[in-house]
Amino acid sequence: MSTLRALAAAQAVAAGVAQPVATVRHLHLATRPLVLVPLALAGEANAPLAAMVGSAPGQGRLLVVPQPRNRDQRFAFAAELAAVALPYFDGYRAGTETITVDRGREVRQRYLDAPQVLVPNPAGVTFLRLLGRATRFRRVDGDYPVPPQVPLLGRWLTFLTERAERPGSSMLVAMTQALTLHWATGQSAVEDLHLPALLGWIAPPGRMSGAEAAALAEDPAVCPPAGPATDPEFDNRLLAPAIEAYAAAGDDEAARAEAYAELERLLRDQLTPTWELMWRGVGLLRALPPGARVAGRWEGDRDAFTAHAEHVDGGGAPQPRRDGAVAAAARLHRLERAAASYAVQRAYDDPLVMAEHRLTGEAFVGEVVLADPARVDDSGKRPVLRPRIQLVTTDPVLVPVGAALSSPARSGQKARVVFVTPVADGKTEVVLELSGGMGRGLTATPGSVPEVGERLCYTTLSEAYVPGGTFPTVEETPWTHGGPPTPVSAVDMPDPDPAPDEEWA
Amino acid sequence: MTSSEQRLATIRGDTPPRRHNARTIAALTGNPGCTRRAVLDGAGVDKPLLAERIGFPARFGQSRFAITRGNVFEAQVKADGGAELLRLVAERLGVPVPAAASWTDLGGRDDVTGREERSAALLTAALTGPAPTGTETPQADPAGGTDAAALFDHPLLGLDVAGRRVYLEPDLVAARLGGRFHVVEVKSFAVIDGQADPAKLAAAAVQSAVYVLALRELLAAGGHDPRLVSHEVVLVCPADFTNRPVAHLIDVRKQLLVVRRQLDRMDQLDVLLTGVPADFTADPADDATALVDSLARVRANYAPDCLASCELAYFCRHEAGGQTGTLGRPVREALGGIDDIDEVLALAGGDHPADPERAEAAALLRTAARLRADALGTPA
Ligand code: SF4
Repeated sequence: MSTLRALAAAQAVAAGVAQPVATVRHLHLATRPLVLVPLALAGEANAPLAAMVGSAPGQGRLLVVPQPRNRDQRFAFAAELAAVALPYFDGYRAGTETITVDRGREVRQRYLDAPQVLVPNPAGVTFLRLLGRATRFRRVDGDYPVPPQVPLLGRWLTFLTERAERPGSSMLVAMTQALTLHWATGQSAVEDLHLPALLGWIAPPGRMSGAEAAALAEDPAVCPPAGPATDPEFDNRLLAPAIEAYAAAGDDEAARAEAYAELERLLRDQLTPTWELMWRGVGLLRALPPGARVAGRWEGDRDAFTAHAEHVDGGGAPQPRRDGAVAAAARLHRLERAAASYAVQRAYDDPLVMAEHRLTGEAFVGEVVLADPARVDDSGKRPVLRPRIQLVTTDPVLVPVGAALSSPARSGQKARVVFVTPVADGKTEVVLELSGGMGRGLTATPGSVPEVGERLCYTTLSEAYVPGGTFPTVEETPWTHGGPPTPVSAVDMPDPDPAPDEEWA
Repeated sequence: MTSSEQRLATIRGDTPPRRHNARTIAALTGNPGCTRRAVLDGAGVDKPLLAERIGFPARFGQSRFAITRGNVFEAQVKADGGAELLRLVAERLGVPVPAAASWTDLGGRDDVTGREERSAALLTAALTGPAPTGTETPQADPAGGTDAAALFDHPLLGLDVAGRRVYLEPDLVAARLGGRFHVVEVKSFAVIDGQADPAKLAAAAVQSAVYVLALRELLAAGGHDPRLVSHEVVLVCPADFTNRPVAHLIDVRKQLLVVRRQLDRMDQLDVLLTGVPADFTADPADDATALVDSLARVRANYAPDCLASCELAYFCRHEAGGQTGTLGRPVREALGGIDDIDEVLALAGGDHPADPERAEAAALLRTAARLRADALGTPA
């Protein structure tokens, strides 16, 4: 928790409304995101109960599982969800662009856009992960055949939930996370996981304060939970009798239709408020201008989407139940790198995020008071252009002499710290020596050296590319990590025949 | 009755003391720094009722579906005199699966003290005896004696909480295999690809630790070595998305320490009671306004974690409004540990701290406020 964000939370309490902690939007937002609000039956291992899904506010489709413990109905749910989701995913495979990789040595195709799925909260992401796990190994033949779109959906859900672990990815987003990335409420992080309360703080209705709106939203009788868990009161008082009525109807067509309609009505009532809140969240996020580096990160998502689509098209195997040792280590390394680069990119894109680094002394904003744009260093073998500038700042400066800094406004240019001198009134003078981004000769191209009077931010955070670590191949898995795994087919594929009592997996 | 016991009885008033179970005892470890909770729980005050009376009802409802599923799974696992359970536990412990085991149901008919005695007698007999008497399966290991495998369902265990005997009626099985007891807990949450919901797993571990503790005390009281109860408990859960049970071992040594420490603290309630006004009462039958006034006089220690573990959470949260602690500990720490939100904002706005020890925090907050305003383009 940064002090800046904590201060915003304190200000939210005093103001009675959430306070911004970002000035730009740090995630990609699709024109037509697929909003998905799932509900699960309490006590079961991820048994779907209902869902509302669709890519426009007025087009929410309600899916209902009248007997959530029934295996066939679970797969029927997965098939229905697939019937909405798969065409949505496919819709993003219309156009491609050609990109070069590996310094132009290779050429690839990439889809021009990619799907985006929004769920209410992190538990919604977990629900999809488990739904993916429960369906991606299903067989379309044998004793328990399922429709072919079921395992396909499972693979896509697994892909999305794995992607969601990557910091900065926007393919599968929990609305609560997206909102708290941009606003600080006057309540705690646990309470922020409740979407209605969170939105109560961000956009309290009428004359209510955020705290009042959040308190109201906590009452499940007023505002149903945003799932996947349902309100136990609802389960006991309304849902259980309705499910029993459906079961009791048996083969009586009329009674069954009536019971089904009642279940639909109950579940629609539970889902609709969250569905509407999801679109309100979308609206709030859309009102923020996107950060400059959001599109670049979305390209990474498009790359991943393209690669997964090609993998599936090419008859590739479903994702394994668990990564092997080498794959797990490599994946962890990738996620750490993504997290580091995401943190830097957000700071570069957003002065309010950069302010957190200014507070800790890793960045400062100062005014240029002196500039020597023509300075040439001729102490080396050949003379080089090394302009110097002096800035004055009121920020705490903790960068050491010799440190390499860069500025978000001039990210192609390096600045080495030459002097740091505290002066009166809590101010600090910093002298920087610049290199790069000034043309080829010994004279700087006009405008490439900061001028006196400019206000600039310099930071130790660097966007420079850091080469990734290297990992042994799977065949070279060290014995300390279990040695090379048994042939992929045996590990990746689950027991081909599920035990007769298996209801789901 | 000691004077403390008398005090606690007065605090509780005429409403009968609330029964503890492993969940409520496990919850005691949730906020050990809270005097209010220690005193109320020590006195056995019916906190759910109390919370409702003062207008802040707790929301710890349980869904019928979850209860049914739990019962069905438990019955399935314990079927056939626990034959399947025995196999699972033995395999998990790495001991040969015994051909048979005695199955003793300690649940049931008698009154509480009678049952506790019966549980104690049969469980300790199992350590010394030949096969325990009164069992329903006579074909115990013919070798008899202490090595015979034995399963005890629904033992009634006692624990002293704040000087009061509290009875636990776990749905658990105490399995004696290879001369040691293991607590076996049957839980219906799924373990998928070897991973369970971390919160549920953590809760199960603390609850199991409570049982281990109670079982150890029972053995110690009978003059036996308490270490005959293993610190490794066996958790039986459905595997993946099926009803197929799998057993897992959890080491609860850490949880044992935590529970022990909190119970010791509750034992010294007289120390805590010195900080509580002499006329403090919390009888849910009292008038609501009087109750609120009364509660306000006993120090609480609200944290957002309370929402998941204490029935008074909504009341305490309301009372703690305006305190940085309501925003969570990380926020409070990031604000220099200052408790009061108004003070935080005053310091951030440039006020000089009354306390010189706050000078550093004040400077940090001032800079933070300036940087925030600068980045937002608003006047500081
Ligand atoms: S909710 Fe209140 S009484 Fe309960 S532990 Fe928290 S602070 Fe203590």
